[in-house]
Amino acid sequence: MQTVKKFLSSLWQALFGDTMRAFGVVSAALLIALAIAPAKDHFSEWHGYQGRYLSLIRDRGDAISLRRRVQPGIQQTWLPELGVVDRCTTCHQGLKESSLADVHTQPFRKHPAIPHSLDGFGCVTCHRGQGPATTVAEAHYSDRAGEDPILPARYIESGCGQCHQNALTGTPQLNLGRQMLARYGCVSCHSVKLPDGTTLTASDNPPSLEHIADKTTREWIFTWLKDPQAYAASATMPNYKLNDADASDISAFLMSSSTQHAGDTATLVTASAKNVDPTAGASLYGQSFCATCHAVQNAAGNLVGGDVGPELTRIGNKVKPEWLQAWIENPRTYDSKTLMPHYRFTPQQVAILADFLKNKSDSDYGANVHLNAATPLQIAHGRKLVAELGCAACHKMNGVSKPENFAPDLSRIGSKPLAQLIFLPGMEHSLPSYITRKIKQPRGFGPGLKMPQFTLTNAQTDALTTALMALTERSQSMPAKLRVAAVRESNYQPAGHAGKLMTELACFSCHRINGHGSDMAPDLTREGSSVQRQWLDDFLKNPNTLRPSLIRRMPRFNLSDSDRKELTDYIMVAYQSPDIDPDTAPSATNTPATVEHGRQLFYSKYACQSCHIADTKTDKGYIGPTLTQVGSRLTPAWIYAWMRNPQALRPGTMEPNQNLSDEDARALTAFLMTLKSSGKQETK
Amino acid sequence: MIRRSMAYAALLLMGVGTGCKQKSAPSPALKPTAIGAAITESSGGKQVGPTGTALKDPLVVQVNDEQGAAVAGALVDFHGPASVRFEPASVLTDSSGQATTAVVLGTISGRYQLSATTPGKAHAVTLQVAETALGYQQQLGSILADKYCNRCHNPESSAERVSNYDNLEVKPHPFTEGDTLNKISDADLMAIIQHGGPALSRSALMPPYANTLSSAEVQAIIAYVRVVSDPPYRPAGTVYEQK
Repeated sequence: MQTVKKFLSSLWQALFGDTMRAFGVVSAALLIALAIAPAKDHFSEWHGYQGRYLSLIRDRGDAISLRRRVQPGIQQTWLPELGVVDRCTTCHQGLKESSLADVHTQPFRKHPAIPHSLDGFGCVTCHRGQGPATTVAEAHYSDRAGEDPILPARYIESGCGQCHQNALTGTPQLNLGRQMLARYGCVSCHSVKLPDGTTLTASDNPPSLEHIADKTTREWIFTWLKDPQAYAASATMPNYKLNDADASDISAFLMSSSTQHAGDTATLVTASAKNVDPTAGASLYGQSFCATCHAVQNAAGNLVGGDVGPELTRIGNKVKPEWLQAWIENPRTYDSKTLMPHYRFTPQQVAILADFLKNKSDSDYGANVHLNAATPLQIAHGRKLVAELGCAACHKMNGVSKPENFAPDLSRIGSKPLAQLIFLPGMEHSLPSYITRKIKQPRGFGPGLKMPQFTLTNAQTDALTTALMALTERSQSMPAKLRVAAVRESNYQPAGHAGKLMTELACFSCHRINGHGSDMAPDLTREGSSVQRQWLDDFLKNPNTLRPSLIRRMPRFNLSDSDRKELTDYIMVAYQSPDIDPDTAPSATNTPATVEHGRQLFYSKYACQSCHIADTKTDKGYIGPTLTQVGSRLTPAWIYAWMRNPQALRPGTMEPNQNLSDEDARALTAFLMTLKSSGKQETK
Repeated sequence: MIRRSMAYAALLLMGVGTGCKQKSAPSPALKPTAIGAAITESSGGKQVGPTGTALKDPLVVQVNDEQGAAVAGALVDFHGPASVRFEPASVLTDSSGQATTAVVLGTISGRYQLSATTPGKAHAVTLQVAETALGYQQQLGSILADKYCNRCHNPESSAERVSNYDNLEVKPHPFTEGDTLNKISDADLMAIIQHGGPALSRSALMPPYANTLSSAEVQAIIAYVRVVSDPPYRPAGTVYEQK
């Protein structure tokens, strides 16, 4: 005790013994205290990076100009509207230096070219991470509550999706993910409210099960429920991993609740096709361009055909022959909302096509399924299961109504705090890895979870994750002026008898008119200004090929003469463009000299023959429509307007706008108008 | 200090490269049952995909013995730049002598040299494979090229698109044709795309796109042409203006 006291007093004496000494010691202490802050800065991580950046640019040719733009100290981008406080540029000094394209060491790489200024949007808007942090570990990797690690590059398109609700050319993954949310029925169970107040709606049009007993057997339903992808690899219905008893009970309930559809089998031609060429079915299937919408697996196992309608590889296993005939005869009787057109086949054609499809079956499929007659107890259990699993969220059925708020709301899933998620052992602690795992193995998170197993490729899962990661808090809270609205489908409906015909022929399944319909075939909004009446009438009678390279083509409908006239008249009158005035267009008084001038322009100056065929003997262009009869097909006013600016008439068309002078456009129009059909109706 | 910052830099590069901090668990040691003498590519080389994503098709290599017969159970190790991931990185060949792995590209755009190595009898045999990663701009260029250019510039037809290449009197240059395209400067490519072939005394079959595509879109197409060219494009160094 004594010694400690003695030591302390001698220490005091040594440091503060006299005034001068005390002053010196206090000054030294003050100096040290003052030096702490600059020293911390100097030995900080970011200061090290700034030093390394300076030595990186020192030996480069443009060192002086690079050096001039270096800003020492902590840099910050503050964007209150977006909620961005970013200090990333403190270390990432070379982001905006285009001459650093050859530098591949981080943090000095140049940012790849994007359409936005980095200062205007900040970094965390797209990349996530902690903007205000000044150490790598905290900025990039922190997964503490309320914080967010850097987004892996493969989901980066989700950043675009926060503002851009429309489909962008440069974001294929995001576009695919958004389509899948609607197409795979995600939004039938989960609700997704977009920032503009609208709710995402499903686009998959799942079949109603109200009359399922008319269509198929209980055995098929059972086999399908057990594994939808075993029936058709392209099926979008997920696998609910049902056991045999449950699948059997659900099939029993669906059959017992099904009601007979009025008029479904009434007008049936039960007679099978007789005395016909065995290849007639295949050729009718081909002629009717069924493959535009339906796919069939070929011998090599590849799917051939479109994905608008269901795959038909094993259709013979699924549907009852009499239902199939009734469906081909007029699909709208069974399902008034179907995308399939009413082809107006003759009874003989219906029988041929039904026979052809009936043979598309697999004798092994469902071969060992034998179900005993269902007891009331089983039916009741099936009904309970249907309600529990939420089958009615997608399918309409008798006795079970569509459940509300069946699954968690996903409107802000992209900002879900990590602290609210339960990660499985070994999982990476980040939101995208959680979402991906949830999509890939939904039942892996615990027993009793209802979300079914989807069959998706890795690319599809990444696309869905990207679309979900775009649904953020920031996207909801940002000012409306920063948002780019989605192109909404209009509810345009053509009127009158022609309108009814267009609905029956399902024109909107392929064509778009006034913002309503699909984009598979040309937009018809201005068709009346574009084509000549006689051509349209002939085309509806027998659609011939306009674009030789296309695989998907317009099918032929057996319209009655009066229906066809009605439809032609309606299109010619209703779908006019106000910008195309037939009177101001070049008249038929073209001199042979003008026509010859136009021909020369066509073949030499503009080299149109690289994409079009004007003369089948010499031209081979295989991209644009064939022009051999264009003078009988299009109106001169349309051709002239098209020459001047194709994109104005059909946005996004691939024909380049060549900025033609008035004179050249008139000469070309005069030449093209001389290319007329020989008068006789050409056969296909 | 320097050592510490280098350690951080290494950590950062590793993190940015793999896109995640988590280290993949070491795969259980594979026990090869045979040794091959030669390794060849079956499929999956020369693919193009966006940065940071998995390539569409897996990389498949074939291990054969001296007589050219398939070797089953030989060990194949896949290697690449640090930011490229293989799932899995070590594979035993199957009964037909093939080893398959999925390739996840790195985050830097450009060409990746990958290698597949199998321990041969005397020394290891290695196969080099190149894959290309597209950044945002190049991917946009690839989408635009698909719509506007490839119908003529790509001689290959696909199920969805019939090539117009054979129908043209003057053959367009496929975008992979580096021997020709690498010699054309960015400014000249820009002029040809915007003002058509005649702008540089080339064929009029190439139409002008200045009124159809924005200059940013044309630049994106050029960026795409540069990244897929074979042999690879090496830009001239920075050009400085004279004082």
